[in-house]
Amino acid sequence: MSVSPSHPERWIAQHVTGLPRSGIRDFFELVQGVPDVISLGVGEPDFTAPWRAREAAIYALERGRTSYTSNLGLLKLRRAIANFLAKHFQLGYDPEKEILVTVGVSEALDLALRALLDPGDEVIIHQPCFVSYAPSIKLAHAKVVEVVTSPESGFQLDLNALEKAITPKTKAVLINFPCNPTGSTLSSDTARKLAEVIIRNDLLLITDEIYACLVYDQPFVSPASFPGMHERTIYLNGMSKAWAMTGFRLGFVCAPQPLLEAMMRVHQYCMMCASIISQEAAVAALSYCDDDIEQMRQSFHKRRNYLHARFLELGLKCELPQGAFYMFPDIRELGLQSKDFALQLLESQKVAAVPGSAFGSAGEGFLRCCYATSIDELREACDRIGRFLETLR
Amino acid sequence: MDQLLKILSDNALTPAADIARMLGISAEEVRQKIDDYEKRKVILGYKAVIDEDKLNLDRVKAVIEVKVQPEREGGFDRLASRIGKFPEVRSMFLASGTFDFLLFVEGANLREVASFVSETVSTIEGVTATATHFMLKTYKFEGVLMKGQDSNERLSIAP
Repeated sequence: MSVSPSHPERWIAQHVTGLPRSGIRDFFELVQGVPDVISLGVGEPDFTAPWRAREAAIYALERGRTSYTSNLGLLKLRRAIANFLAKHFQLGYDPEKEILVTVGVSEALDLALRALLDPGDEVIIHQPCFVSYAPSIKLAHAKVVEVVTSPESGFQLDLNALEKAITPKTKAVLINFPCNPTGSTLSSDTARKLAEVIIRNDLLLITDEIYACLVYDQPFVSPASFPGMHERTIYLNGMSKAWAMTGFRLGFVCAPQPLLEAMMRVHQYCMMCASIISQEAAVAALSYCDDDIEQMRQSFHKRRNYLHARFLELGLKCELPQGAFYMFPDIRELGLQSKDFALQLLESQKVAAVPGSAFGSAGEGFLRCCYATSIDELREACDRIGRFLETLR
Repeated sequence: MDQLLKILSDNALTPAADIARMLGISAEEVRQKIDDYEKRKVILGYKAVIDEDKLNLDRVKAVIEVKVQPEREGGFDRLASRIGKFPEVRSMFLASGTFDFLLFVEGANLREVASFVSETVSTIEGVTATATHFMLKTYKFEGVLMKGQDSNERLSIAP
């Protein structure tokens, strides 16, 4: 019996067929064709990686450091990570058996979900949130349960709503603070109460703290740092944002040894190890670049203040984000869906920003504007947004 | 360093209104603070950073190490103020090591700089030795790379 060659889609797994394309990707393809765009649509710093880190990568190549590393990652890197987390976030992880170096936080999250979830397990996430959370949970055959964070509360985590969403099937809570796309963070009080909820309900906490170094008003307190949390936390972080090393693809996951061992088993079969060159660069970044990251943080701080002030002057409602490098202005009163708003802004004024709906239905009515770009570009972008708003009013 | 000074040292042309937005204070406060810095001579002036190699000025620049015998009463300072007043001297430092003063000197041509060293600096009482290094090419000046900073070509939309 011959098989028709015409429908290759039939080979695609059902749970992947049902996976939506990232809304960001659709928008990216539109922006590509437009010249002279000012983009507030990026998700990475405009700085290049610190020279110390780049030079260490070059030196690694010169010395012929081109091999695999231990599955867990170079021990000297795991030690540098442990020192950094102890110094900045009061977290105690054993570099010998509680830290695993990954290809970006994306891999770390995927490992955590695949190693720990069974089909039918429920994972609670807050929404709007980073685009990959729901798809990654679905790829691990588990069920996504969403808790909305509302603009009225500054997109803070609502612990009552979170606790109501817990069922006997709930296995983990996945959070990302400081948050992409809202820029909201976790107060130390909320972090403590969250820890209580997690412990009381015997859950796992998966905390993606990739923006933890980029806070502007108060130091970030990790929920992993409270008593009783070490045993039940999967801690994710990496070099991409604070060190401006996105292209190095270097992240890490810290967890109690048995859980880390489970993640390592998935990692060793699907990835083996992160690039040794990136690992060498990360050692240098963690050891010598505190000043570089502080300079970048101060620069983001000034840009945040600038963009927020300009948005308010333009009459855009907008919370002052406490962390990350995103502004999330409220466009609900302007009469357009966020996707149409972003499209028209792009077509008429050549400013690219990401529609809030790309981050889940709770992001509808908002626009994600990244301020990791120069003041000159922010100034021009605001002038153009101002002209666009005139046409709407 | 005060963030206001940091902003001005990165770009002294940043408008006061923008500085105000960046620091969350009023433009009037920004102007007052700048005024105050100028009065206290914390801010001594504002300059452009120019890549002179692009202008074909045919100027000659040299670094000169100067060894001196410090004076009994004046120490290094009196000699320094004497040498530093020559307009050829663009910058001057007291340094530790095998020599004392480090001079950054500029002249119209090689002969002019050479004669400034041999006929003027060397003959000042207290100067015991000089060593002149002519500069051939500028790679980095005041923290600015002449070939421009490395650019980070980002995708215009990313998650």
